[in-house]
Amino acid sequence: MSVDVDLPVGGTAGPAPRRDAAVPAAAAATVPPTDAETLRGTGRRRRTRASRVFAWVALSLLGLVFVYPFVWLVSASFKPRTEVFDNRLIPQTFTLDNYVQVWQEAPLGLWLMNTVIVTVLAAVTVTLSSAMVAWGFSYFRFRGRGALFGLVLATMMLPGAVTMIPTFLIWNGLGQVGTLTPLWAGNLFGSAFYIFLLRQFFLGLPRDLFEAARIDGASQFGVFWRIALPLCRPALAVVLVFEVQAVWTDLMRALIYLRDSDTFTVPRGLKSLVDAFGFGGEWHWEIIITASVITTIPMIIVFFIAQRQIIDGVASSGLKG
Amino acid sequence: MTATAPMTGGGVKERHSAAPEVRERNRRRASRRNVGSALLFLSPWILGFLVFTAWPMIYSAYLSLTDYDVINDPNFVGFENYAQLAADPKVLLALGNTAFFTLVQVPLYIIVSLALALLLDRAGRASGFFRTVFFLPKMTPPVAVGVLFLLLFNGQNGLVNTVLGWFGIDGPAWTTDPAWVKPGLIFMSLWTVGSSVIILLAALRNVPETLYESAKLDGAGFWRTSFSITLPMISPALFFIIIVNTIAGLQTFDEAYTAFFGAGNTTYSNDAALFYVIYLFQQAFEFLNMGYASAMAWCLFLVIMIVTAIQLIVSRRFVYYEGDR
Repeated sequence: MSVDVDLPVGGTAGPAPRRDAAVPAAAAATVPPTDAETLRGTGRRRRTRASRVFAWVALSLLGLVFVYPFVWLVSASFKPRTEVFDNRLIPQTFTLDNYVQVWQEAPLGLWLMNTVIVTVLAAVTVTLSSAMVAWGFSYFRFRGRGALFGLVLATMMLPGAVTMIPTFLIWNGLGQVGTLTPLWAGNLFGSAFYIFLLRQFFLGLPRDLFEAARIDGASQFGVFWRIALPLCRPALAVVLVFEVQAVWTDLMRALIYLRDSDTFTVPRGLKSLVDAFGFGGEWHWEIIITASVITTIPMIIVFFIAQRQIIDGVASSGLKG
Repeated sequence: MTATAPMTGGGVKERHSAAPEVRERNRRRASRRNVGSALLFLSPWILGFLVFTAWPMIYSAYLSLTDYDVINDPNFVGFENYAQLAADPKVLLALGNTAFFTLVQVPLYIIVSLALALLLDRAGRASGFFRTVFFLPKMTPPVAVGVLFLLLFNGQNGLVNTVLGWFGIDGPAWTTDPAWVKPGLIFMSLWTVGSSVIILLAALRNVPETLYESAKLDGAGFWRTSFSITLPMISPALFFIIIVNTIAGLQTFDEAYTAFFGAGNTTYSNDAALFYVIYLFQQAFEFLNMGYASAMAWCLFLVIMIVTAIQLIVSRRFVYYEGDR
């Protein structure tokens, strides 16, 4: 598992939905200071002009450091082979050759398509299955519920390395090694972190709503599907986006399960290009650079589309940890 | 929350005024039906747990006591794998590399993310924009981060050494000099502090304003406020980040593997970047020593549990939970 979202450890948070905590932060960032805010909330942040200017200058410089690697990469992808390392911001000779060449050297279209297929299947299945399980843990009361949920949380502590080999043997026994199935099918069974996240959200919803629907004749599944799920759309979006990122960037599973270049996902394909053209290979860094740009851009797009969900989701994952 | 708790537990309003024993019977019947539906909803996880967690754990424990190469049946060897492991110089090397990486990277990571969060907390309206900027690298696939490491830290003409050159510093050969490979990887990893910054910023924003106001009235200065209010109040978030990043650091794989391992990489030594999970992966899927790799996995699990337990014990002294939880 290379899911690199931050897991809350030993979370015992109450029923309040966790997102709430992140809202003031977002609000403070966008709303201009008012009298009310001076009284509470941002009052402490309304410091002297000098301190704010200092923060801005420092942040701008650091921000440049954080963004520049992207800029460098994109700029280098438009440079001819001999100028890749000239560290110029604007390419001296502008060329699209690298993009053409990458497309010829590698089945990039196939890689992108494979990754899209795996990502969509993985994200949709994990969102639905985790929501179902989370609902089971939040709506129903039964003996042993606490212990069972404790078990869910405990599985988050288990390093992926322990189950990696037997899981490989399962897929090997099913004849699925070399196909895309092992990269997503495990998601049919939900994922502990998302179950935890969604359960928190469900617990924050008013229970009367569901009781009323039951009295009106809705089935158990109907209550979940038609009432609870639509209400929890913001949390579902967080899960979906987290998983899209985790799967799109997953290297280890692709290394274990994919053999033939035509079945590669983009990270696995990029790794094969590093092997072929980088260290120990033919030293064509411009190809690796261009492939890196193509691998990264979809994630940047996802980020700009779902920025709020991502940042709120990350912020809330650490609160009350 | 036992089986006999009322179904409508959330809202305690009683709708019916039937005799207590009738109500009790209805409740029991309802709760039995309840368990059935609950099990249906939980079934994906239960199935997944049995097939992809419980059985793999048992089987992996068994495999760790065997020689197994996938083609031939496992051959029981007792604790030989564990004995071999303790004497394997590469295991010791990998453990040392991983310990170095984690011990240096985690504190640096915490310091950098705390510094950025504190700056963001002061930036007023601009903090939203900068938050985005700092988070962006976190979206970069780790493979691409590994590639960026090779490019930016290239000894001869990488950007890092070029910039160091402006200040008259002759940068080392980060990607080839064994002494500088790990520091280079650590610096590169600081690029992806984004999520920790956001968690800490949210925690900083959650500190009640009244605490600062009363501290000010009491005449507390900057340092006093920082150590007596800010730090204790954000300590749960800090602790969370420390634990998560320690566990991640002990399992570091993607970036180093991309940059230094894999097919065709036989021309130079990559011992300095041999982290524990990389060696485990090689044993399992390159040398097909599944039994040996399983033993390695259990040792890793043990190490992670011990480290986390120590952190939990230490944290009791330093982490302040509001509301005394």
